[in-house]
Amino acid sequence: MTRFITSSFSHLILLIGILIMVVPVWMIFASSTHTSSMINMNGLQMFLGDSFYENYLRVLLYQGGFFKEITALKMFFNSFIMATGVAILSVVTSLMAAYALVYYRIKYATLLFWIIFITILVPLELRIFPTYSVMAELNLVNSYFGLIVPISASAIATLFFRQFYKTVPDELLESAKLDGANTWRFFVDFLIPLSKTMIVAMLIFMFVFGYNQYLWPLLVTTSEQYWTVVMGLKMMSGSIVHRFAFVMMSMVPPILIIIVLQKYFIKGVFQDK
Amino acid sequence: MSFLDLKNVTKIYPNGTKAVHETSLSVDEGEFMVFVGPSGCGKSTLLRMVAGLEDITEGDINLDGKLINEVDPSERDVAMVFQNYALYPHMNVYNNLAYGLKNRGIDKETIEQKVNDAAKLLQISDYLQRKPSMLSGGQRQRVAMGRAIVRNPKIFLFDEPLSNLDAKLRIQMRLEIKKLQQKVGVTSIFVTHDQVEAMTLADRLAVINNGIIEQLGTPIEIYDNPKSLFVAGFIGSPQMNFLDGNIKNKTLSAEGFEIKDIDSDFEGEVKLGIRPEHLSQRENSLINLKVDLVEQLGSDNLVYGQLKDKKDFCYRCPGNLTIEKGTDLSLNIENNKYYIFDKSTGKRVN
Repeated sequence: MTRFITSSFSHLILLIGILIMVVPVWMIFASSTHTSSMINMNGLQMFLGDSFYENYLRVLLYQGGFFKEITALKMFFNSFIMATGVAILSVVTSLMAAYALVYYRIKYATLLFWIIFITILVPLELRIFPTYSVMAELNLVNSYFGLIVPISASAIATLFFRQFYKTVPDELLESAKLDGANTWRFFVDFLIPLSKTMIVAMLIFMFVFGYNQYLWPLLVTTSEQYWTVVMGLKMMSGSIVHRFAFVMMSMVPPILIIIVLQKYFIKGVFQDK
Repeated sequence: MSFLDLKNVTKIYPNGTKAVHETSLSVDEGEFMVFVGPSGCGKSTLLRMVAGLEDITEGDINLDGKLINEVDPSERDVAMVFQNYALYPHMNVYNNLAYGLKNRGIDKETIEQKVNDAAKLLQISDYLQRKPSMLSGGQRQRVAMGRAIVRNPKIFLFDEPLSNLDAKLRIQMRLEIKKLQQKVGVTSIFVTHDQVEAMTLADRLAVINNGIIEQLGTPIEIYDNPKSLFVAGFIGSPQMNFLDGNIKNKTLSAEGFEIKDIDSDFEGEVKLGIRPEHLSQRENSLINLKVDLVEQLGSDNLVYGQLKDKKDFCYRCPGNLTIEKGTDLSLNIENNKYYIFDKSTGKRVN
C-alpha cells in the first residue's frame, strides 16, 4: 500500500511536469485552428477549431517580408538547407580532424586538440564582426555558403570522435594494414562504420544547432530570399492565428529528425557498442 | 640464403629502451619457428618488425630473397594473428576473411572460393554470416586464423594467439594450429611466453631474454642441452633445481655432497642444475631430501622438500610411488644428467 502511494506520488509529479511542458504548446496549436476574430474575442482556446487548412495554407504561401519577396515555405527551405549543410559539413570536418589528431603522427597533437577545444569558449556571438567582415570580403553575404560555413567547425563533435577513436584498439589498425588497407581505406572501411551511431547523433545535434541559428543569419543576409524560419518568427507580422500556425510549423523539422533517428541518437550519445 | 633472414636486427625505441640487440636468425621455408621468453624480452617486438609494424633501427630483414626493411606492411605479404584476434567488429565472418582479398583487387568469385575453402578447413562455414561479437573465444580464434590463411601469405605470424583462451581450449587450439600448419605448409613464427606451447609447436625454438636470442635449436636440443642458466631455468616444467657450488680440480662440491671427475676444466663458483625428472631414489645417494609437500598429478608425483641447508628442491617420481610428508629421501642423479653453469656469466661449463 505504501508502495502504491509513493509511486502514485512520483507519477503525479511527472504528470504535472508533462502538463507544464505540453499545455502551452497544445493551446497554441488549438488556437491556431480558429479564426482570428474568435481568438481576439475569446482568448486562447483549448479545443480544436475548423480553420486548420485555411490558416496553415495561407501562412505557408503568403508573400511576407518588407518587400513581399518571401513565403514561409521558402523560409523552411532555407532553414533546411542551412541546417543540413551545417550538420553534414561539421560532421565531416570533425570526423576528419579527429582522425588526423588521433592517427597521424602530429607533433603536439594533444595541444592542437585543446586549442580546437577552447574555441567552445569563443562562441559565434563573440567573433561575429570579424567573421562578418571575412564573409563580406569573400563576397559570401547573401548566400547559402555564407550562412553555413562560419558555424560548421564543431569542437564538441571533434571531441566526441576523438575520444571514440582513442578507444579503438591499435590491433585493428595493424590488422587492417596487414590486410592491405591504406590510411584512407582504414578511415572509410573501419572508423566510419564503427562510429555510425555517433555520426547520426552528431548529425542531429548539428542539424538542430543550425536550424536554431538566429543572430548569424540575421547579419549575413540582407536579401529576404535567404531568411530562415527562426528569423521569420521575429519578423512575422499578421494576424495572431497565422503567427501561431507558423510557430507550430517551425517546431516540426527538429522534432521529425529526432523521431526518425531517435534509435541511433540514444545509442550514439550513450556509446552502446 | 634461407626464406626469412634477420641480420643484426636491432630495435631502439625513441625513449632509448633497447628492445632487441643485434639479433640474427634464419627461418627455412615451411618451418615452424617459436620465439619464447618472459614478457618484455623483445620477442613480440622482433615479430612486429618482421610484420612491418615496428621500424627497424639497425640491421636487415630479408623475406624470400627480398630486403623488406622499408616495405610497407601491406606489401610484405605476411599475415598476423593477434593476441586479442583483432577481428573487424562491424563485418561478418565472411567479410572479415574477404577484406584482405578485396583490397588486393581479386575478383568476387575467386574471393568466394577462397573464403569458403578456408572456412571449411577451419570448420567455421556455419558462422560465415555472423558478427564476431556472436562467436565464442575458440570460434574467434579460428576466424583470426582463417583471415591469415585465406590470403595464402608468405609467412604467418602469431603473437601469443592462445593466451586469451581457457586452459582446455588452449591445448585443443594448440594441436589444431600445429596440424593446420603442417597441412598448409606455410612458414610460421609463433610468439609465446608459455614454454609448453613453445615445446609442443616448434620445429625450432628461439629462447629470447633481454632482447638477445639465448639459444636456438629444436625443442629437444634445448631441453637436453641448455647453453645458459636462463634457458635451463626457463625450459622445463617443473623448473630445474639450482644449487650453489664450487669446482676445484675437477671436483664439484655443492651443498652437502661432492661430484668427482666432472667433465669440465672450469674452476670457481658455479651453479649446479638438476632437472626434477632426472632423479631417482637409491640408498646412500648424493642428495638427501626432507619431504614437505607432495603434488599428485596421477601419472607423476611432484615431491617438494628441502635439502640439509634448507634449500628448496623438487623431485619428480612416477605416480605409483607413495611418498609421505616428512620422510627423508636419498636421491641419485640418473646417468650423470646434471648441468653446470658459470655463476658469474650464466654460461654452461660442462
